[in-house]
Amino acid sequence: MNFETTIGLEVHIELKTNSKAYSPAPVVYGAEPNTNTNVIDWGYPGVLPQVNKGALEFGMRAALALNCEIRKDIHFDRKNYFYPDNPKAYQITQSDTPIAHDGWLEIELEDGTKKKIGIEEMHVEEDAGKNTHNPDGYSYVDLNRQGTPLIEIVSKPDIASPDEAYAYLTRLRQIIQFTGVSDVKMEEGSMRADVNISVRPVGSDKFGTKTEMKNLNSFEHVKKGLEYEAKRQAKVLMAGGKVQQETRRFDVPTGTTILMRVKEGASDYRYFPEPDLPPIHISDDWIQEVKASIPEMPDVRRKRYVNEWGIPEYDAGVLTQTKEMSDFYEATVAAGADAKLAANWLMGEVSAYLNANKVELAKTALTPAHLATMIQLIEDETISSKIAKKVFKEIITNDTEPKAWVEAKGMVQLSDPVKLQPIIDEVLDNNEQSIIDFKNGKDRAVGFLVGAIMKQTRGKANPKVVNKLLMASLNAR
Amino acid sequence: MDYFKTDLKGVHEALVKKDLSVEELTQETFATIKDRDQKIDAFLALNEEKAVKKAQAIDARGVNQDNVLDGIPVGIKDNIVTKGLTTTAASKMLYNFNPIYNATVMDKLDEAGMITVGKLNMDEFAMGSSTETSTFKKTKNAWDQTKVPGGSSGGSAAAVASGQVLAALGSDTGGSIRQPAAFNGIVGVKPTYGRVSRFGLIAFASSMDQIGPLTRNVYDNALMLNAISGHDSRDFTSSAKEVPDFTQGIDQGVKGMRIAVPKEYFSEGVDADIQAAVKDAIKTFEKLGATVDEVSLPYSKYGVPVYYIIASSEASSNLQRFDGIRYGFRADDVKNLEDVYVKSRSEGFGDEVKRRIMLGTFSLSAGTYDAFFKKAAQVRTLICRDFENVFANYDLIIGPTTPTTAYGLGERIDDPVTMYMNDILTIPVNLAGLPGMSLPAGFSHKMPIGLQLIAPRFREDTMYKAGFAFEQATDFHKAFPVIGGQN
Repeated sequence: MNFETTIGLEVHIELKTNSKAYSPAPVVYGAEPNTNTNVIDWGYPGVLPQVNKGALEFGMRAALALNCEIRKDIHFDRKNYFYPDNPKAYQITQSDTPIAHDGWLEIELEDGTKKKIGIEEMHVEEDAGKNTHNPDGYSYVDLNRQGTPLIEIVSKPDIASPDEAYAYLTRLRQIIQFTGVSDVKMEEGSMRADVNISVRPVGSDKFGTKTEMKNLNSFEHVKKGLEYEAKRQAKVLMAGGKVQQETRRFDVPTGTTILMRVKEGASDYRYFPEPDLPPIHISDDWIQEVKASIPEMPDVRRKRYVNEWGIPEYDAGVLTQTKEMSDFYEATVAAGADAKLAANWLMGEVSAYLNANKVELAKTALTPAHLATMIQLIEDETISSKIAKKVFKEIITNDTEPKAWVEAKGMVQLSDPVKLQPIIDEVLDNNEQSIIDFKNGKDRAVGFLVGAIMKQTRGKANPKVVNKLLMASLNAR
Repeated sequence: MDYFKTDLKGVHEALVKKDLSVEELTQETFATIKDRDQKIDAFLALNEEKAVKKAQAIDARGVNQDNVLDGIPVGIKDNIVTKGLTTTAASKMLYNFNPIYNATVMDKLDEAGMITVGKLNMDEFAMGSSTETSTFKKTKNAWDQTKVPGGSSGGSAAAVASGQVLAALGSDTGGSIRQPAAFNGIVGVKPTYGRVSRFGLIAFASSMDQIGPLTRNVYDNALMLNAISGHDSRDFTSSAKEVPDFTQGIDQGVKGMRIAVPKEYFSEGVDADIQAAVKDAIKTFEKLGATVDEVSLPYSKYGVPVYYIIASSEASSNLQRFDGIRYGFRADDVKNLEDVYVKSRSEGFGDEVKRRIMLGTFSLSAGTYDAFFKKAAQVRTLICRDFENVFANYDLIIGPTTPTTAYGLGERIDDPVTMYMNDILTIPVNLAGLPGMSLPAGFSHKMPIGLQLIAPRFREDTMYKAGFAFEQATDFHKAFPVIGGQN
């Protein structure tokens, strides 16, 4: 029997607004516990939530970039549950009237074809704090994250394989990153994915029973977990068994999924409209305003690189994979670098360096201005490509201005014929045998002579000029 | 300074003329409280040291002669958060809660120069109509100390009625200012929902709670509402509407005013003496030049069940934050997280609070939401429409505030349904977010009767004008009780 897979993804993304969703406390990652909190975050008696308009706008921006419809009249709802990281004992969310619905994004399949994945809905809500359980026997609550604005993006059941799920997440992260509303870093928790998956015999008109995996912290784990789960479910069905509705955990060391709990009916969160916040009307003007604030999306940039800068399609795709790389590339070109050379450096030496050192571009000392200057030095033949490698190593590890550094280190290429000719003459005078060899048609002699000239100039001679002058001198002798 | 024989303006003039200093006034007030409150039990906490310091500071800078409230003592219901002054909501759950911030109304009173003398008793978390659900003490009616002061702002009403302060703040979710004002023969106003910031009011039912003043007369009440009204960026349900000076034009009279009397407010549950007092009041208004017609509010009879479903639902969510983790009471002998929650809440909340949490939790549950919360919300809309229909043709609605006068302490505490029905005349006003006032309109067996005025949203000015005119034409507000004696 053949099975087909249906996958649903619920992705939570933290918005990098200045302040929290419902309180004026700042949103900062990695601060001392409970320093970015106030009485509202603590759920003190008597406090009230205040809507952060910026969080709604960031949510709308993300929704519009995902081709969603914006709902005109929204209200907030309370989702009630007790937990120490949830001080009010309810989360302010939008269960009745999610701010956006019916969007889509496009993924590219392995065979190069494109597929649209639908987005069911997107809503704005608040994150919870963080509980940590210490070996000292106490549990600690850090409310810094409490109230950080979140968007939850729910996919339609269009994802048909773990590879598509991986492509969906990659694409979603790319789009959100380009909108500028989030850092979308899985490792910092600013992007988190819950997945559900079911299989059914090909041709069946009913979805199979789904299982869930929550809070997966890498795209790779999502893919591997789904792959395992699809096989496991198919095996259960083939053996005549039934898939149970349950929550499972992806176990990294074994690459398998492990049962956590069987779902016995839905939890009752007693949702009801948040009485502390009046309903909000979103006008067409407001939507237009937000639309106008959306930065250039990756596809648009890619086309621009191809059409205006003559960059190959593949290279343009790589350069727009992350906003960080794309922004860096644009800044390098803006600083005067040749677009093609800048692309080659970023995709070549820079990427190799980042991979080898497992570091992000922003964490290196490299700046677009320095990279542009170095490229210009190569172009105008001030430095050789051999020297350039030394310069590159310097400017990516230390914040060094390349032109001044090259000059100070005496690395400037010797291209002036007036200065080179006496050196060539001297080398020829000292190597009579090589001249004879050359005359007898032994090309090796030229290489030997160039090497000698390079040695004499401590590698600074411009090989192109040396070659030209040397040939002329040899022919003249 | 005998608070029975003066008013805010009178005290203000004395302060300006330096007949007495703010410090002397404050000391005298504490002396009165220490004497009379032995009989009344209105105060849960006194703020003597800080109050005297503030009084001295005002004396040092001089009383502002353009600000009637400058240097005048005020009492605060204990569900209003006061920085550095214990705020318990009359619950064991918050017996030790010392707030690190001020409610917006407290900032406003501070700014107006008022001196907080202490925190006033109430029903636990404002749930009750007699102040008997307080964890800490039983407050007595100012007119008869064997009777309840009403609730939930019973401490505020009794403190004003017994002459311990001239003004107090209360809160009103279903009648909690107007009913105790009626029981104690004083003036209590529940402003339009959104008129006064709720930031710092310990929430009971968020869609209905509203802070308001209790005073001995209508003019004083208008002065107090002036001080606490206005938009607050910390309360998104507070209105941006401009706040008029409610004392401006208060003496314009009611000539030509169109007054409606709902026939449903004279059902058989309303005492004959109270019906008679309201009918006398109608005659007074007619004599003063108003027209009075009978109207109908057909859906108001569903007010009590609708209110108890919606208010309890909101309360069940609002009170979840009292979990023993971050502040307030935490049970001993806990082994795990669930213990902290279950034991702290079981031991920290009283019976009435638990009853409402259960009622609200049930009403919001997946299987019952549609039949209870949702249905109640729909009927609430119909109740609002009832009022809109009447206000299309009328300026004001009048009726009794309560079906009975104050009853005996302990008489109804074990009969929640009868207790709930006591709010039948005040509840619809909260459901519709309207402003309402209770003011003295007579006596029955020596206990005060309250007349209720209800105005359209944000028309407190109409209510104050009518109340002022009625007060000028009658003497009920001039009566005062003999504390600890026979009235």
